[in-house]
Amino acid sequence: MPIDIDIAHVARLSRLDLSEEELESYRTQLGVILDHAAKVQELEGEPTQESEHPLGFVNAFRPDERRPSLDRSEVLEQAPESENGYFVVPPALETE
Amino acid sequence: MNLNELSIVEAGERLRSGATSASQILESVLERASHTEAQLHAYLTIDRERARESAARADADFADGIDKGPLQGIPFAVKDNLCTRGVETTASSQILAGYVPPYDATVVNKLKDGGAVIVGKTNLDEFAMGSSTENSAYGASYNPWDIGRIPGGSSGGSAAAVSAGSAIGALGSDTGGSIRQPAALTGIVGIKPTYGTVSRYGLIAFASSLDQIGPLSKSVEDAALTLEAIWGYDPLDATSYAGEYPDPLADLGKGVEGLKLGVVKELAGDGYEPAVEEAVADMEQKLAMAGAEVIEVSLPTFDIALSAYYLIAPAEASANLARFDGIRYGHRASGATTEALMARSRAEGFGPEVTRRILLGTYALSAGYYDAFYGQAQRVRSAIREDFARAYQQVDALVSPTSPTVAFAAGERTQNPLSMYLSDICTIPSNLAGHPALSLPIGLDADGLPIGFQIMAPALGETTLFRVAAEVERLAGFTARPRIEMVAS
Repeated sequence: MPIDIDIAHVARLSRLDLSEEELESYRTQLGVILDHAAKVQELEGEPTQESEHPLGFVNAFRPDERRPSLDRSEVLEQAPESENGYFVVPPALETE
Repeated sequence: MNLNELSIVEAGERLRSGATSASQILESVLERASHTEAQLHAYLTIDRERARESAARADADFADGIDKGPLQGIPFAVKDNLCTRGVETTASSQILAGYVPPYDATVVNKLKDGGAVIVGKTNLDEFAMGSSTENSAYGASYNPWDIGRIPGGSSGGSAAAVSAGSAIGALGSDTGGSIRQPAALTGIVGIKPTYGTVSRYGLIAFASSLDQIGPLSKSVEDAALTLEAIWGYDPLDATSYAGEYPDPLADLGKGVEGLKLGVVKELAGDGYEPAVEEAVADMEQKLAMAGAEVIEVSLPTFDIALSAYYLIAPAEASANLARFDGIRYGHRASGATTEALMARSRAEGFGPEVTRRILLGTYALSAGYYDAFYGQAQRVRSAIREDFARAYQQVDALVSPTSPTVAFAAGERTQNPLSMYLSDICTIPSNLAGHPALSLPIGLDADGLPIGFQIMAPALGETTLFRVAAEVERLAGFTARPRIEMVAS
């Protein structure tokens, strides 16, 4: 029995605007893949350690120093729309 | 012999003796590409102008007695998920069509500092998600040994270029086997180094805890020389290793006498082609004759490694690919609100496999399913590391096939994602553990298709890894070349 998924909810969380047909097709495919992936539940016993960096690193720090960033105009050249040194977006909040 | 067929070591000897110039080698490689590209589609971009400039610079340096190391003057292909300043970088996705990075990846800088000549950017499965290079938004690549077959993936373009001689060396990235599997399927050498040893700065991220950059090469020594040139501590990558690095060249030619090698019991049986199993068993026997102690070892968690991978990798991908929002770079659709703009841009820009993995990863991380899927997959990952650790108490390195099959036909697995995922069953465990692993060719099947042999070693075990690989290379005596016809494009 393939796993049943609320695919519309997952697509919304993923910020993917998919059609009804696309959603249905992904729902079926994901069910089959998750069915296989559920084999992780067959693990016998518990590992003694949590997963970590293979060389045992916990964290990496660097000195808090000022250094040059990428050139702003060069970065903004790659933006679909920019103005006065800013990225341009439609309204983020709905207005009355 | 044409200059494009030289290895890095052979080309280096000729460059240093003055027998040939970097410009001559580059022209030979470009000439080869002009004949093979119509059939292989290994490259997305060939940058003739810049390549000719850097070859001329390498020649000027040689003339002035400046030697930047073994890659000086060598034509290299770079996978298109590595950022190259001023040269379009798409990761084979529509969402990055036209994207020109304002910076170079650390490995690209290192190639340039070493005097290498970057020929162009190679094709891949979109965002490195795939095992055949058929998931590219710009069209598939094909295998130089049989153009009706795929070159493997996701670094299929880099593998096809090195195999066909339209590059002398290449860089790829390996998240679940994306360097080793295409190397195996195209008859060349590919290595995924220890996690943390090659900087990921400027690599377009897929699954950050698994991604590693590495070389695809014509020989084991070429791979070792390339690795030495690209690895090292980089403060721009927070997972970069700052300690002492092994010497990949130290034990080349020492043979395998006195080494203990483990044959992985779980990487055989159902789904493995008989020709692959026979070639691998034959090599194991040769290694035993050459003085290695070869024993069978069992790593039971390998049976569920693929399942863990297909939760962890998509989970990380769903987070990494959140940055493609149609606002800062890449494809932008119109939308009345920011959220609508993002959701439409992403739906239009991502191909089906990338969409599938984002959905899968989001589901595995979502409330109510997190512990059963992602959390449990992480426990499996720890258990795999513990299995490896137990095995390495007994043996110095592990051996297996690289892929259960030889190169498969184009279109054969595109309709069934799970069958495609199974091509990576032998390579995934080393990514989950963060360990180094290498593939090299050991023979051909009855249809004349290359068979790859995988060697795995513990973290920072590259000295032993290359020692075993060099002996396998000697024992295999693999000298076959792909039979691609030269067709003028």
